[in-house]
Formats: sequence, structure tokens, C-alpha cells
Amino acid sequence: MNAESALSVSERERRIQRKDKIMGMTITEKILAVHAGAVRAAPGDLIMASVDLALGNDVTAPIAIDEFRRHGGKEVFDKGRVVLMPDHFAPNKDIKSAVQCKILRDFAREKGIENYFEVGQMGIEHALLPESGLVAPGDLVIGADSHTCTYGAVGAFSTGVGSTDLAAAMMTGKAWFKVPPTIKFIYHTDAKGRLKDWVYGKDVILYTIGEIGVDGALYKAMEFTGDVIDAMGMSERFTMCNMVIEAGGKNGIVIPDRTTVDYINQRVKRPYTLFTPDRDAAYERVYEYDLSNLKPQVAFPHLPENTRSIDEIGKIEIDQAFVGSCTNGWIEDIRIAADIMKGRKVSPQVRMIVIPATRNIYRQALKEGLIEVFVDAGAVFSTPTCGPCLGGHMGVLAPGERAVATTNRNFKGRMGDLSSEVYLANPAIVAASAILGRIGSPEELGIKKG
Amino acid sequence: MIIRGNAHVFGDDIDTDVIIPARYLNTFDHDELSRHAMEGVSPHFYKRVTKGDIIVAGANFGSGSSREHAPIAIMATGIALVIAKSFARIFYRNAFNIGLPLLEVGEGTDRIKQDTPLEVDLDTGLIKELLTNTVYKGSPIPEFMQELLKAGGLMNYMEKKIR
Repeated sequence: MNAESALSVSERERRIQRKDKIMGMTITEKILAVHAGAVRAAPGDLIMASVDLALGNDVTAPIAIDEFRRHGGKEVFDKGRVVLMPDHFAPNKDIKSAVQCKILRDFAREKGIENYFEVGQMGIEHALLPESGLVAPGDLVIGADSHTCTYGAVGAFSTGVGSTDLAAAMMTGKAWFKVPPTIKFIYHTDAKGRLKDWVYGKDVILYTIGEIGVDGALYKAMEFTGDVIDAMGMSERFTMCNMVIEAGGKNGIVIPDRTTVDYINQRVKRPYTLFTPDRDAAYERVYEYDLSNLKPQVAFPHLPENTRSIDEIGKIEIDQAFVGSCTNGWIEDIRIAADIMKGRKVSPQVRMIVIPATRNIYRQALKEGLIEVFVDAGAVFSTPTCGPCLGGHMGVLAPGERAVATTNRNFKGRMGDLSSEVYLANPAIVAASAILGRIGSPEELGIKKG
Repeated sequence: MIIRGNAHVFGDDIDTDVIIPARYLNTFDHDELSRHAMEGVSPHFYKRVTKGDIIVAGANFGSGSSREHAPIAIMATGIALVIAKSFARIFYRNAFNIGLPLLEVGEGTDRIKQDTPLEVDLDTGLIKELLTNTVYKGSPIPEFMQELLKAGGLMNYMEKKIR
């Protein structure tokens, strides 16, 4: 099926009626068009597209595998293009989780799936896929996990879907999409894109969600540009694209540049395409922000849009501090936290938990002596897992408890009991808060950024 | 297609963590999931649902995680339709992919009270309060989504169309 035959009637009419010249395409539209075998893709088009990679985890893949089997699935469409990752409740947190992980393992063995990652190899999916070179610029990736949008940071179209979408993709290599309109975000500062001390990509995306709201980009592509993005390393770009779902976005995307290519060339062993938007690409809306004075942001319960600057939060005592997750479990995040914790102690009323996103990040932290820093400070350092982010295991909150976390969601009951609270922040704020016993900044500890 | 049932009313930003908390995601047994549906906002919701009932909610229903357990849990309670001002996109595709219809409406449905009997025509998008004959206009379900519903979900649709 090609894109034209899949177009809805109203969309055909709209195109016929449109007398102005055909506009250029955004990067998102180009990637979708190519994967639908079409010359063009415009917002609203319904397409059936080929996927380069289809991902599932121990929560979502068991349903997909059940659907696959019930509908007579024999082989997966491509053994090298299906990824199964037990990361949410792995290492198995209870018997039911053990059964879920076993469903993945058995299916992977039976179907010869090349990218099944066993405990010991595995990491949090959205960090491990780019790290291991499985995702390349120009790819179309679907994952049965909402934070699949992370890979937009390498110039791929990637988006979260459900288990049935994953089942259909495992069977046919295809998925349906409505081409999203694109919103462009331009960020700049007076210092050529440099942000203030202790301000990172996490703060930029939290600030953006605070501005546009949790449905401010519903069904839309969010394209991130400007000198702030140009100056950012890959980990912060991943963090930003990771959280577009928290604004309702379909995908986040960064136009590939030298930083992208340097990252990709160390990892990806196959040909890839660097797509860029046309000069006359049509954007539904453009937001431009001067971030010269942006301070660290904290999102209050129970929505990521409830953001405040660190100097406007008042006194918020905490029971738990957590650095990790697909949002901020990168080596750069672990280093930021370790720099602050070095030679200091976690407040006696706080439990500090640090979880690197992948095995390589774990090994790197070991090499750099960071694990020792955390252990000496009285924090725990765990094997990779999604764990506490979704209230799974490794740090679930009791009634009335409060956590500050580098994670992505602070919904009611997200990290434990319904009456517990989660505050979202960057790793520097979380580390400083663990020491202070309340949410605060490294400046309050007299720490100057090196 | 006509759906008749009583309204269960919810507000804005009903996220997937309150629809089905993550601690229940270590299974996909439909009965077990149904017992925890909407637990974060309405414990024991399943006990109050009669088969064919309708959820009426505000904006951004189903935001957050991609867990298909969310529409599965809702459907397993006997809910036949969710009406909301808007839906988060992954929840939207998951629901139609498994055959749970969703109807987007504009303003007005705030006035629908808990337990009001409703009659909804999915082809026209018209929602009628049966006791007062008040009518609200929802957006008709897009053609492709209707095809998914008719096929009984995405897997059946793909089997027919692609293979």
C-alpha cells in the first residue's frame, strides 16, 4: 500500500483545493514520506510505513507476543530489526515479572531474534538502543514504550506505540501513522547557546512543557533548533527528545549536525541518511525562547507542566532522591551528580538512589571512580533498570513520602503510593537535594561549577 | 453503530498511571486488570460499571505511558465507549487497535452528570442525554478508525489488507 492510496478522502480534497505552491517538507515529513514509499507526506496524511526497528519491553511485549501468536504469526518480519528488552521490572522483581521476562526470552530464542538483551547485557531501552548503534539518523523506529521518542536526538523519526502496533509490526514490518504537523522550537542565549551553571537540557524541556502545557504539542512533532541545541551534547538532546511525550508530542527531533555524526560514526555500522528540513518547510507554529537567564526548573506534583524556577520553590523536604531513568541515566548525568556528592554525605533523612541507564555507563562510572563517590556519600548504586521511575521496584514510595527525581513523570502514584509525591529536576538539583534534605541547588552548598 | 449506557464522569488529564498503576503491569490478565481499572482516581470502579456504560472525560485522556493495559483494563470492566474533549495519542491508537471506540467532543459535555443515561451514534458523533433529550455533537469517528473497529482491531485489519 502506498501513501496516496491510504490518504483519506478529506485530505485528497484539501490537497486539490490548495492552490498555493506545494510547500517544502520538515525533517519529520521527509522521513515518513520515504518510509511510506511516497514523494511527499503532508500533515494529516494517513500512511502505512515500513519500520526500521520495532521495540518492546517486559511490560508491553508479552501482550504483543500473545497477539502475534493468536493471529498465526510464524516468523518475525526481520530477525535483526526486532528488539526485546527486559528492563522495566528486571532483574525480575517478583514471580509475575519473572514470567513476563520469560515470555520475551522464550519468544526471542524461538524466533531467532538477534536483539534480545539478557540481564547482564541489558540496559534501559532508550539509552541502550542508541548507545549500541541500533538506531541511525533517518530511521523510522516504533517502540511499545512512550519514551521511544528519545531517538529523535539522532535525527530519526521515532515514536511510542502500543503492544498491538508492535505485534502488527513484528508480523508485517509496517505501522500506520497520521503525519503530524511540526512545531519548531528555537532556543538561544546571549552566550552563544551556553546555559547558566547547573542548567541543562532537562531544564530546557521542563521549561518548554511548563510554557506549552502537557497537551501543548498533542499529536505533533517538536523540532528543536537554535544555538542552545547546537551547543548541546548528545545526552542532553536525548533528554529533551525523551520528554516530548510529556507535552503530548508524537516525536521530538533534532536536525543532525557534527555532534550527531560524531556520536553515530562511533556506533552505527550501516549506511544512514541525514535528513534536513527544506528552507520553505511549513511549520504549524514557531516558539522562540531566550534562555539567557533560565534557572534550574522543578516540576511540582502531579503534572510535568507544574514548573517553577529553583529560587521560587520554597522549602520542600524530601525522603528520597533518584538519579537515573531513560531521561537522565546517561554517564554525563552520573558525573554531574558525583561531582556534587564527592566528599559530602547524603542527609540522614534521605535515601539516595543512583541507577545508570546501561551496562557501559555502569562500567564507565566504575572506571572513573564515581561508584565509590556515591557509596562513600551513603547513596546506593544499582544495576540498570527502569525501577523506581514507574514505581516498579528499587525505590517505591510509602504513603505521604516525597521524592525529587531526574525522571520524566510526576503523575499521582507514579513512584508508589497514591499519596506520595514526585518532583522532577536535573541531576545537579537532585544530588544537591540529597545532601540538603530538601530540594535545593548546588549553589547552596557553596559548590562552584568547575 | 449505537451505544447506550450510563455515564461515568472524569476530569482532565486522566493519565495511564491512574487508569492502571504500573504495579499491576506484571500481568495482562484481563480480569485482573479490570479490577484495578481507574484505581488511581476511582477505586473499585469495575463494581460500578454495567456492560455498555460510557466514560465521559475532559481533555488529554490517557496521557503518559504507552501501556495497552490502560484501554484493556477499561474495556474489561464493560465500558463500551470513552468520550473526551481530547485523547493522548498513544492511548488513542491503542484503543482503536484493540477495538475500543473513542469519541472526541468539543465543549458542553462538562454538563453531563454522573450516571446519566446516554445514547451515542458513532457514525454521526451525536450524543443524546436520554432523560432530557439534550444533544451534544462529537466529531464523527475518522474513516480509518471505523475500519479498524469493523475489522475487530488492527491485527484483523492487517491480516485482511496487507498479507
